[in-house]
Amino acid sequence: MTYAIECRQLTKTWPGKPPVEAVRGIDLTIEQGICFGVLGPNGAGKTTTIEICEGLQKATSGEALVLGKSWATHGHEIREQIGVSLQETRLSEKLTVLETLTLFRSFYGSGIDAEDVIARVSLTEKKHSRIKSLSGGQRQRVAVATALVGNPRLLFLDEPTTGLDPQSRRELWRIISEFREAGGTILLTTHYMDEAERLCDRVAIFDKGRILAIDSPRRLIMDLGAEHVVDFTVSGEQAAALPEEFGSNLPGVISARMESERRCLSVGEPHVAIPALLSLIAARNLQLTSLTTRQASLEDVFVHYAGHGLNDETSGGAA
Amino acid sequence: MSRSWTMHPVAQLSLARIREFIREPEAVFWSYVFPLVMIVSLGLAFRSEPIEAVAVVVQDGERTDELVKVLSASARLVVSSGPAEECRRQLRSGKSELIIVADSTDGTDAYRFVFDPTRPGSVHARDAVNDVLQRSAGRTDPVLTVDDAVTEPGSRYIDFLVPGLIGMGLMGGGIWGVGFGIVDMRIRQLLKRFLGTPMKKPHFIAAIMISRIVFMIPEILIVLIASRLLFGVVNHGSYLIMTLLIVLGAFEFAGIGLLVASRAKTLEAVSGLMNLSMVPMWIASGIFFSPDRFPSFIQPLINVLPLTPLIGAMRRVMQESAGLAQIIPELAIILGWGVVTFFLGLKLFRWE
Repeated sequence: MTYAIECRQLTKTWPGKPPVEAVRGIDLTIEQGICFGVLGPNGAGKTTTIEICEGLQKATSGEALVLGKSWATHGHEIREQIGVSLQETRLSEKLTVLETLTLFRSFYGSGIDAEDVIARVSLTEKKHSRIKSLSGGQRQRVAVATALVGNPRLLFLDEPTTGLDPQSRRELWRIISEFREAGGTILLTTHYMDEAERLCDRVAIFDKGRILAIDSPRRLIMDLGAEHVVDFTVSGEQAAALPEEFGSNLPGVISARMESERRCLSVGEPHVAIPALLSLIAARNLQLTSLTTRQASLEDVFVHYAGHGLNDETSGGAA
Repeated sequence: MSRSWTMHPVAQLSLARIREFIREPEAVFWSYVFPLVMIVSLGLAFRSEPIEAVAVVVQDGERTDELVKVLSASARLVVSSGPAEECRRQLRSGKSELIIVADSTDGTDAYRFVFDPTRPGSVHARDAVNDVLQRSAGRTDPVLTVDDAVTEPGSRYIDFLVPGLIGMGLMGGGIWGVGFGIVDMRIRQLLKRFLGTPMKKPHFIAAIMISRIVFMIPEILIVLIASRLLFGVVNHGSYLIMTLLIVLGAFEFAGIGLLVASRAKTLEAVSGLMNLSMVPMWIASGIFFSPDRFPSFIQPLINVLPLTPLIGAMRRVMQESAGLAQIIPELAIILGWGVVTFFLGLKLFRWE
């Protein structure tokens, strides 16, 4: 079976002083029939990579094969078999949902009837409404519908749920899951870790134009060796002077870090670590102001590999 | 699967453009009402009337009263008098076209005319005053002349103006409509989105041309019908040739709009480029007055501007019933601009 996507030593450098290396040598293979997530902060090179795969940008070097075909020689055939939803497209506000999808349907040699694709994204009641009158979540569903209308084998979604309310996000997750269950392949970018954990069979963690890790979300978390995280905050005279690694030497604790005021301990055995932590806090004459435990998430995986938080603006390069 | 023609991408893309246009009531209003306002206001302002009496002023001095009396007898002149300073002021401000100073050199009565020889009104006034003075002094005309006045549709200013306004509409509609529309789609990332589909680029461009021509039809019909009903402007030439010129003109300016918009990333940038390309034609291509008025050394340049041959050819068809053979050079220039800008625009075109 051919891969849905095969990238070999992909690079993209924007000319300038100094040149911006958005993508710095990416190797990536994505099997058909899975949902593959590209995770990372803004500027990690996610959009550039996905746009090279979509044929919208040219790589500076390296190659991206889509469904076993090269953009250089089979561009039109690839476009017939993929569906694209960009990070930000403002569809014509004065056209209705049905008119918009009929327009996109006309570009494809074969595909799904516009009415059917509207039903698939649950917008049948809105099919005669103009795009202008739709909510953000409904517009995003129309955008995804324009990607589905050509009945693609491979769907590209660039941050499909950014800025949406929880209900709209769940609605989009349903559409994505249905497409995958019907045998389609999805490549999506996101900076929501919960979205990736929920939807993706495999994820690649991007930072600064490179891939830090690729695996299933479950495996990535397990490989940390610390499936739990203890979050706590303390107050007291010495609280501000405590080092970031406060608590890292306690039994059962693997590492410690700070996220603004909050301190996070990666923990293998919470029942050992928490009593030790409480004793330490008491011994230092500090007050514990909050304490929670949770399962480790992809966020923790990201921090482990990147050495900084997902939303820290420390990452360079183009978005 | 057989697909009806309405599902062809060109039909769908054209339909989308047309729907977007007609669902913007302000755009429709301005594209169709503006030419109507132009026709009515300019038609009224420049309606043909007998040449009005011309104002002249006599400088206070010897024989002033006598001079004013002689000149006032002529229906062609409106005469006033005043001191030298006042006379100068009137000439400067255009209130009077000519100053008449009575002189006596060497004992004989003489008259001095003070005027600007580059002002058509002044030259006319000088001749009229001279004529009155010579006749009152006893000159007789050796040759008999008879005036036979006619006012023929086809030779009035409004007849001159209508082809100019059609040309202006084609230029503005083509450059603005296409240029602005494309840059707007680029800013909205819609062009990039289309690039992610199997849409064929020539289909997209064809749809832009087709929708442009569809928008053009009502605009031109409004100008032609209004000028005919209000001012009796008629097309003395072939409607087929006029149609050909209008379609070629729409094509030509859509090509220029495409070129102007091929790279621009912001509406400000494309507005600047559009104005830059249109201003020389507004001034020199003969919308409101004949380009012959410009000095002869820049005539060759004016004649190859995209709008000049279009308006020139439409005037010759409408007013002089010119046939296809007589407007071949104009057609060649129009087509040349269309083809060159089109291919250049496509070559430079950026989808992102």
